[in-house]
Amino acid sequence: MRMLINVPETVVADGLRGLAAAHPGLNVDVENRLVVRGDAPVAGRVGLVSGGGSGHEPLHGGFVGVGMLSAACPGEVFTSPVPDQMARAAAAVDSGAGVLFVVKNYTGDVLNFDMAQELAEDEGVQVAKVLVDDDVAVRDSLYTAGRRGTGATLFVEKIAGAAAEEGAPLERVEAVARRVDERSRSFGVALSAVTTPARGTPTFDLPAGELELGIGIHGEPGRERRPMMTSREIADFTVEAVLDDLRPSSPVLALVNGMGATPLLELYGFGAEVHRVLAERGVPVARTLVGNYVTSLDMAGCSVTLCEADEEILRLWDAPVETPALRWGR
Amino acid sequence: MLDAEFFLRWMNALARAVDREAARLTELDAAIGDADHGTNMRRGFTAVAAALEKDAPDTPGAVLTLAGRRLISTVGGASGPLYGTLLRRAGKALGDEAGVSRAQLAEALRAGIAAVARLGGAKAGDKTMLDALEPAAAALDESFAAARAAAEDGAAATVPMLARKGRASYLGERSVGHRDPGAASSALLVGALEEAAR
Repeated sequence: MRMLINVPETVVADGLRGLAAAHPGLNVDVENRLVVRGDAPVAGRVGLVSGGGSGHEPLHGGFVGVGMLSAACPGEVFTSPVPDQMARAAAAVDSGAGVLFVVKNYTGDVLNFDMAQELAEDEGVQVAKVLVDDDVAVRDSLYTAGRRGTGATLFVEKIAGAAAEEGAPLERVEAVARRVDERSRSFGVALSAVTTPARGTPTFDLPAGELELGIGIHGEPGRERRPMMTSREIADFTVEAVLDDLRPSSPVLALVNGMGATPLLELYGFGAEVHRVLAERGVPVARTLVGNYVTSLDMAGCSVTLCEADEEILRLWDAPVETPALRWGR
Repeated sequence: MLDAEFFLRWMNALARAVDREAARLTELDAAIGDADHGTNMRRGFTAVAAALEKDAPDTPGAVLTLAGRRLISTVGGASGPLYGTLLRRAGKALGDEAGVSRAQLAEALRAGIAAVARLGGAKAGDKTMLDALEPAAAALDESFAAARAAAEDGAAATVPMLARKGRASYLGERSVGHRDPGAASSALLVGALEEAAR
């Protein structure tokens, strides 16, 4: 195991100390595991709070700032945060206009955010929730915990964040967040397994020369395993899988996401293949984002997320944003 | 009669068992989940043991309620709310009596289990902690030893099951052939109960 860490127990706290050092505009509470906008609460604005396990950086702490999240609650590695964190975050960012929780559809995140909503409402904070569930690799949702929340989280957080920044009331911020989720689908591929600091060995055994299709973002194994494919073949497979579920009639936002250990050179090359498939399928691309945004520690691989845009979604996507990991327009 | 001392012994025995078995729970989770169940349970029950050491409540109900609250605020993941709810609801069901019977404990556990089933939306046969807890709570009417055996059998019975809840459910058929980590930790909970009764 080669990891740039001290001991597994302090990985999350050490990372938060570094985030604070690099971004003095954020309020980072290492002890309580909170990343909060330095100017929160912003008068008259809905607060946007997200969170989930650590190990998916820059999600979520890297998306805190003007035009996106008001606060993020990082949990332990791949483990959802606890309700106390989210309730504290809600209290810190509420200006009286209410708070929207952005929750990825994993049992742990859902249960802890549910409990946090009760705690925050007991303190007089109005709370709404949106559940992100975009991963088409999960089938038969009647017999599973339902589709997982993955890459679309970034779309939801950026677009709902822009709506909140504009001063939209809680119902409207919640409605646009829900619409973005409903119009977004993702599919992910692993080229290597992930190694968590606490365990120190890969969570599944993926021999060289094979890849795993339909993985989640926690190193959980995927839907099937195949011999290694080219970037072109992977793009064909992933985009087809997404388009099987989402048949966009308007231009899409495209996220070509790295899982943490795949170089940008490869991701851009893969992004070109994604554009090729979409062009062949007659799907226009309005905007493309390429990079490591919703990662899985040291996993190699990629995911594709498409969101069927509309005028409001595009306008909010283009609105200014200034966070550690995403910034434009200012 | 089972008094607060008994419940403190139970929680401390459970904290030791979870600490001892953490690596095994994480290995079970690595096979069908995300490899953190042992780490998370150890963090939670270490916090429970510390809280009970600092402030030892004097009724059985208060011991379980405090333990449940500590789990909810330290564990995260699905196991925090689920185990936290199990103990908190069982604690509430025991009320503020200074001593309770084994039958009352069994009844309280069933109330906690029902709350867990509601919260997680799971039922027996879904390959979850319920598969160990439900038979154990039923057997507790007979004896502590019977409850322990029932929990262990229940955890073993999850091996051939298809997961329908939690992260393992994403694996579909590939979840078959692995013991559910939540059922395994539930067997530790019931095992510690029998240890406290010895």
